[in-house]
Amino acid sequence: MNYKMIGWIHALILSVAAVFMLPALLICLFDGDSAATRAFLYTVMLTAAVAAALLLLCRGASKSFSAREGLLCVSSCWLVVSILGCLPFVFSGAIPSFIDALFETVSGFTTTGASILSDVEALPRGLLYWRSFSHWLGGMGILVFLLAIAPISGRNDGSTMHLLRAESPGPNVGKLVPRMKQTAKILYLLYILLTLLNIVFLLLGGMPLFDSVCTAFGTAGTGGFGIKNDSIAGYSPYLQNVCTVFMLLFGVNFNCYYLLLLRRFRNVLKDEELRLYIFTAVAGVALVALNLRGVYATSGETVRHAAFQVSSIMTTTGFSTVNFDLWPSFSKAILLCLMVTGACAGSTGGGFKCGRIVLLFKALRRNINELIRPRRVQVVHQNGLPIDEKVLKNTYAYLSAYVGIVIISFLIVSLDGFSMTSNFSAVLACFNNIGPGLDAVGPACNYAGYGVISKLVLIIDMLAGRLEIFPILIWLSKGMWKRQ
Amino acid sequence: MKIIIAGDGKVGATLTRQLSAEGYDLTVIDSNQHVLERSLEQYDVMAVQGNCASMETLLQAEVNDAELLIAATNADEVNLLCCMTAHGLNPKLHTIARIRNPEYIRQIYRMRELFSLSLAINPERQAAQERERLLRFPGFLKRDSFAKGRAEIVELKLDENSKLRDVPLHKLNGIVKCRVLVCTVLREGRAVAPDGNFVLRAGDRIFVTAPAHDLSALLKNLGIVTRKVSRVMLCGGGTVSYYLAQQLLKGGMDVQIIERNHDRCLQLAKLLPDASIINGDASSRDLLSECGLESCDALVTLTGLDELNIIISLYGNSQGVPQIITKLGRLDAANILDTLPIGSTVCPKELCSSNIVRYVRAMKNQTGAAITIHSIADGQAEAIEFLVDKSTLHCGVPLKELQFKKSVLVACISHGSVTEIPNGDSTFSVGDTVVIVTSGEEVIYQLNDIFA
Repeated sequence: MNYKMIGWIHALILSVAAVFMLPALLICLFDGDSAATRAFLYTVMLTAAVAAALLLLCRGASKSFSAREGLLCVSSCWLVVSILGCLPFVFSGAIPSFIDALFETVSGFTTTGASILSDVEALPRGLLYWRSFSHWLGGMGILVFLLAIAPISGRNDGSTMHLLRAESPGPNVGKLVPRMKQTAKILYLLYILLTLLNIVFLLLGGMPLFDSVCTAFGTAGTGGFGIKNDSIAGYSPYLQNVCTVFMLLFGVNFNCYYLLLLRRFRNVLKDEELRLYIFTAVAGVALVALNLRGVYATSGETVRHAAFQVSSIMTTTGFSTVNFDLWPSFSKAILLCLMVTGACAGSTGGGFKCGRIVLLFKALRRNINELIRPRRVQVVHQNGLPIDEKVLKNTYAYLSAYVGIVIISFLIVSLDGFSMTSNFSAVLACFNNIGPGLDAVGPACNYAGYGVISKLVLIIDMLAGRLEIFPILIWLSKGMWKRQ
Repeated sequence: MKIIIAGDGKVGATLTRQLSAEGYDLTVIDSNQHVLERSLEQYDVMAVQGNCASMETLLQAEVNDAELLIAATNADEVNLLCCMTAHGLNPKLHTIARIRNPEYIRQIYRMRELFSLSLAINPERQAAQERERLLRFPGFLKRDSFAKGRAEIVELKLDENSKLRDVPLHKLNGIVKCRVLVCTVLREGRAVAPDGNFVLRAGDRIFVTAPAHDLSALLKNLGIVTRKVSRVMLCGGGTVSYYLAQQLLKGGMDVQIIERNHDRCLQLAKLLPDASIINGDASSRDLLSECGLESCDALVTLTGLDELNIIISLYGNSQGVPQIITKLGRLDAANILDTLPIGSTVCPKELCSSNIVRYVRAMKNQTGAAITIHSIADGQAEAIEFLVDKSTLHCGVPLKELQFKKSVLVACISHGSVTEIPNGDSTFSVGDTVVIVTSGEEVIYQLNDIFA
């Protein structure tokens, strides 16, 4: 195991994190909030010190690592960044309990948006900004950002691919261009561009700058931390619709945007995952809107709320304009299903991913065909291209790990005595990086009621959901720790 | 004219036979001495042993004096390299390469430009196209088209119940109720040029010229019932199978391919997501009936073994499959198979060599060269299409006033979009295309060669 290299990457990540805390620090200074300023100052200094120590310790590391080092590196980086990222909340006294602060920060970086705070508006603006910014950074990936700017890859080895694979969601992660650095840059440029566009549209609707930036961060990362207690409900219908559209846009595979830039429209139109994604969204909105007839004053309002909630849940963002926990149970059931479906692979969204559903459906169809005609040889195709058996095998494994984790987490969380609906939706909402669930963890409530063990389980679920399970599961594997 | 043939395999040997019979000076290159010796024994050619892409071998084969090089080894890349090298050594050389890898199909025109090939031929693809044409119009054993598809020469086999049995040819048009012309009859393995009093017998294979739009009327009036082919079974998953399946699937047919090699099955399944690929031995009766052979409209046997193809086709016939096509890779003696009900046969090497022969003849005389050449009646006769130009003799003269060579028949004349089966009063003029059927020893290089 190349611990030196892993330490070196951690040092780089921590430096990046320290730099990204500076805007929050400035906001606190500007607001004259001395407690929050001090909290950020201490955290930045501590982070920088740890980074410097690691840099010194891990000088001259050989810059290549294997798949298992990539997986380990990604998951431990996320953990370390979350631990340091939660310190401002603890130091400033805004969230005194360490576990609560960690929950909040992991929820931020994993773009979940589940909160333990009942009064968000009481937080200093610097902390609000930091909370929302963690969504933005976690959405596209901390390591992907590092890949875009830092000289991680050695002279000519492809080992950085392991990092991209471990951090980017989807069954079939590939590069866009030959160089990893360029790929990461393109992804981040597209991401920044779309985020800026989102901010502009929000500003045009009359939202204050600070609100716009934070809301855009939450939307871009498909996170869902609001800076208001009622999430997006207090904003105008125009602003809500802007959010709906951008949530859906950030749920699309970023490769599609790259293909659009290359003017390969046909490939985008024929993309089976995108088709399923759009179909599911439209069907979800239609069914929920039909089910909600008569609940709201006008049909326009019904459709607006239905579209907002469906996009919010499906892209695993977790904003809300209404308390959908009060909706009829069919609508709630649809939302619960959409929690699992999730967005597209290669987007900032979480969940099981439409792409995996397409693959599983096709594999199932093939299995049925094979039962009928055992001798028939079939290869699963997606977008007209044959899919490697290894990808399918990984998808089956992902499904079983997914189900297993949901069941185990559900059992543990149930110890706290909340209702079945609360517990089940809490696990789904955290594991799929959505945020609000139903009943006791509904959009009008929060996760503060759960005990320490449940919070720890949910923290692990959030990380497992964001990193697509395997980088977390390898910690439990014996082979991981054996010397080679 | 000096011609070099690189690669003395199936196609190479067929070309050697045909081109040496036409009187060209041939040099054959192959890396296998035994194969060369066989060619030396059979034909009057020169042989050079070696790698045809190496300059040394090419110079030894006197590439500097040659006018044409045909690269027909079994590797596409070698063929291309051979043509490029030879072209570099002798820029005036014409080159023909056999390219059959499906991955190169889309770029074949570009490759001709890039590597200055005169012609790129793909026997498997041609064979597949030929079969596809047969399946589109079931009922005929063979179809050759002329005049951009407006005229056809089709092959029919007369059995005991045929309406044409014991009919003299001058009564033929009355029975089929459309104007057609029997240009050649293959009786007991020999091609006969029939006249009006010739009486057809059961067991004859006749070659009929007809305008393309009369084909269905011809079949109907002969009482040959055909139904549209919608389910096709292909035995063997080779390159021809791939091309054929691709074209049939495009036409909306249901295609099954039976292939023994599992890896090849996977490959096919990747390439042809819409076909059913079955992994199994096509010679197993159980497998064939499990795949529903009885309910198939057509069976095409394309395995690498001619004998296996014949046996599967015979079995298919016994199960009542209406349309059967058998691929014969090596077997030349198609006439001994006449008595067997194995449907129509297609031979890739013959198909591709007739294309090359056409090119060679066109090289020999730049004006009045043939547009298409099809070899019919097991290679004993040829149907050649010519364009009538200013240098053509006897334009506008009725055919009955002309003297033709003995073995020559004018089978069809196309004026613009009108295709006519000629009689004594017909004439041709500049711009028409004329199809000639000849069964003589003498080669017809240009249209004027037909006049006595």
